[in-house]
Amino acid sequence: MSVTRGDDESTFPRFGYGARALCLAALGFGPYAQANTSNGYNLPLGVTSLSRDIYALHMEVFWICVGIAVVVFGVMIYALVKFRHSRGAIPDTTLLHSTTVEVIWTVIPVVILVVMAIPAAKVILMMEDTRNSEFSIRVTAYQWKWQYQYMDAAEGIDFFSTLARDSNFARQLHSGIDPTTVSNYLLEVDKPMVIPSGTKVRLLLTSQDVIHAWWVPDFGAKRSAIPGFVNELWFRVDPGKEGIYRGQCAALCGRDHGFMPIVVDVRTPDDFKKWVGEQKAALKQATARDGQMPGAAPLASLPRDNAARSAQVLSNFP
Amino acid sequence: MAQPQATDTAHHDPSHDHHDQPATGIKRWLFATNHKDIGTMYLVFSLIMFFIGGAMAMVIRAELFQPGLQLVQPEFFNQMTTNHALIMIFGAVMPAFVGLANWMIPMQIGAPDMALPRMNNFSFWILPFAFTLLLSTFFVPGGMAAGGWTLYPPLSLQTGDAFPMLIFAIHMMGASSIMGAINVIVTIMNMRAPGMNLLKMPLFCWSWLITAYLLIAVMPVLAGAVTMLLTDHFFKTSFFNAAGGGDPVMFEHIFWFFGHPEVYIMILPAFGIISEILPTFSRKPLFGATSMIYAIASIAFLSFIVWGHHMFADGMPVAAQMFYMMSTMLIAVPTGVKVFNWTATMWRGSLSFEPPMLFAIAFLFLFSIGGFSGLMLAIVPADFQYNQTYFVVAHFHYVLVPGAIFGIMAGVYYWLPKWTGHMYNMGLAKAHFWLSAIFVNVLFFPQHFLGLAGMPRRIPDYAVQFTDWNMVSSIGGFVFGLSQILFAIVIVQCARGGKKATAEVWEGTHPTGLEWTLPSPAPYHSFSTAPDVT
Repeated sequence: MSVTRGDDESTFPRFGYGARALCLAALGFGPYAQANTSNGYNLPLGVTSLSRDIYALHMEVFWICVGIAVVVFGVMIYALVKFRHSRGAIPDTTLLHSTTVEVIWTVIPVVILVVMAIPAAKVILMMEDTRNSEFSIRVTAYQWKWQYQYMDAAEGIDFFSTLARDSNFARQLHSGIDPTTVSNYLLEVDKPMVIPSGTKVRLLLTSQDVIHAWWVPDFGAKRSAIPGFVNELWFRVDPGKEGIYRGQCAALCGRDHGFMPIVVDVRTPDDFKKWVGEQKAALKQATARDGQMPGAAPLASLPRDNAARSAQVLSNFP
Repeated sequence: MAQPQATDTAHHDPSHDHHDQPATGIKRWLFATNHKDIGTMYLVFSLIMFFIGGAMAMVIRAELFQPGLQLVQPEFFNQMTTNHALIMIFGAVMPAFVGLANWMIPMQIGAPDMALPRMNNFSFWILPFAFTLLLSTFFVPGGMAAGGWTLYPPLSLQTGDAFPMLIFAIHMMGASSIMGAINVIVTIMNMRAPGMNLLKMPLFCWSWLITAYLLIAVMPVLAGAVTMLLTDHFFKTSFFNAAGGGDPVMFEHIFWFFGHPEVYIMILPAFGIISEILPTFSRKPLFGATSMIYAIASIAFLSFIVWGHHMFADGMPVAAQMFYMMSTMLIAVPTGVKVFNWTATMWRGSLSFEPPMLFAIAFLFLFSIGGFSGLMLAIVPADFQYNQTYFVVAHFHYVLVPGAIFGIMAGVYYWLPKWTGHMYNMGLAKAHFWLSAIFVNVLFFPQHFLGLAGMPRRIPDYAVQFTDWNMVSSIGGFVFGLSQILFAIVIVQCARGGKKATAEVWEGTHPTGLEWTLPSPAPYHSFSTAPDVT
């Protein structure tokens, strides 16, 4: 299930930590709202074709590994039980090597690997194909927040996204606030990124300081944001899967690495258009009032292509 | 090989002239040139570091016991993760293997000592200084390094006063490792007993010979990488500074060109140890010994061409992703050969379950689990989901703890009576085994679930849906950590006394290897006359 607006984990019963630690086995998985479509112990199936392909690959490789484990561990366990010194087992010291067997257990793994590699290679080709994206968002990482600068039809929308205030209060050392009482603890932001469903969205990722990584598990999308580089990433959320999707920075980026969540609000294309309109109207109003929207000028003056941008950045250095 | 070089060396090496018995007091250790004394110092040093690094892991697991920050600030948490890794890798696992090499290689090849005893002394005594320097960063402004053991710039360049100290400590550790590796190679190449050709050499020596070449190949690469960091920080170079025309991803390439062979440096000697122990307690020679050697060599070769798999999410051409995926998957083939050969070694054997065998069997199962998750991680698209999550943490801890460290413990329990001349407390050692083997899984298995469910690694606090598995993992961690005290107790007790061990030590198993022809404890100069193994 995706977590839609209005989900509130505080309606779930809560247990003391001590009690929970004691009855973990009985409890199984926590009575919490999920941040993604994961069941709590496996990858999320997600809401994009990419995340589903990844899930399928993951399960395929997992079951192959389970199969190999059953056979190999089975043989080991059989040997451990059957050939015990205490049962008077006589060692067969002539069993030194066998070319046939060794060739077999070299060739079979190679075949299994090829079986795994072919579908994986197909998915790689698909996930790296960022052509024909319908619109792009420039994502810039900072210690410790994200900046979303919309391009194409939504050009001009530009804002920062940081950890929500209630999470930020609760996460302070000795805050005295029970994290389970905070809505979407550590996975809530002040202003989420908004995207339309059924649309191929391309992210252009870069960083202003250290290396970060943008990751939303439900999209099967993770890519590093690296200073001086622009990485590309795309996803298309299935129509009908509108809702809120959450992720976190996935590359150690200093003190507050654990506190720069990503929230994506997926809306229908119509709702998205409406949102863009509202944002642009607000932008116009602000520009009319203040003469200039903070942040808008640098964006407009920044060259689009990265080489030119880098040159401009470089020119600022003595 | 017909020349009895070993004997010549013993007589002509001036360091041995007046040292038929150990010197007394501190001098024995400070000026040690004897392979056993140096081996002991390496192992004791490693055990101390194991507990220091373990204490840091306890802080990590205690903070992660429940959501919210209860014990430490995020910055301190990052210092703990960073230094836990540095200390465990460079302070615990690597010196332990060098210690085992020091003790066992001369005894296994029929030599009186290591080839280069003074360099041996130097390579050990660098380490206490390196780690004093590293640990003293705890007290400097800005605290310990907190940018992760991988030292990725630009983050690592934000380190405070600890930065140059850390870099210098790494330089020292690297110098120590290179000297240790040179010593191993020279010893194995020159001091084998007459008749011991390379293919007759025990698997532990083989695994170390190959490891030593890996060390010599990659430690200078690490030294170069961290030196570039140092000049970026202090001399305004821009190797990795994008604003100055540099490339932060280049650091990752250089680092992992070191880093991937490094993970095999930490596991190949364990392969060697397991290949010694399984035949002994199966009362049956190692199955496919020659193919085991080729497997180690293939793994070592492949380890140089797979480093890109650490960096898929950093952006890489499609062709490179394909290449690194397939080269990484290929490693499963020689690794599989090793696991199958070990299984075949037990097949139709006569198995008994002394502590070294128990650890070796646990290694077999649990290292294989780490191998499976490694195979999963090689699948590039899936790696995008696994990368930088607890799934990776679970993976590398499975290969390092029940892999490398269980290998070391198996080796220690195997050879300890040979070193001390006493049998150790088997009951206590078995208790140590069962507690370790059970709780290492309680500790690390749930971390697979956490990673798949979406918990990033290296975070001090987490969203509440990750609570349950973190609690399980922390409980496992505390019990696993505490049970390691038993290990120290067993070793100390055994050093002090106990039932007298025979030359064969493991009565009735008829272990092969020259070390078992020596009395227990082995004489100070292992083989003063080279044994003839033709």
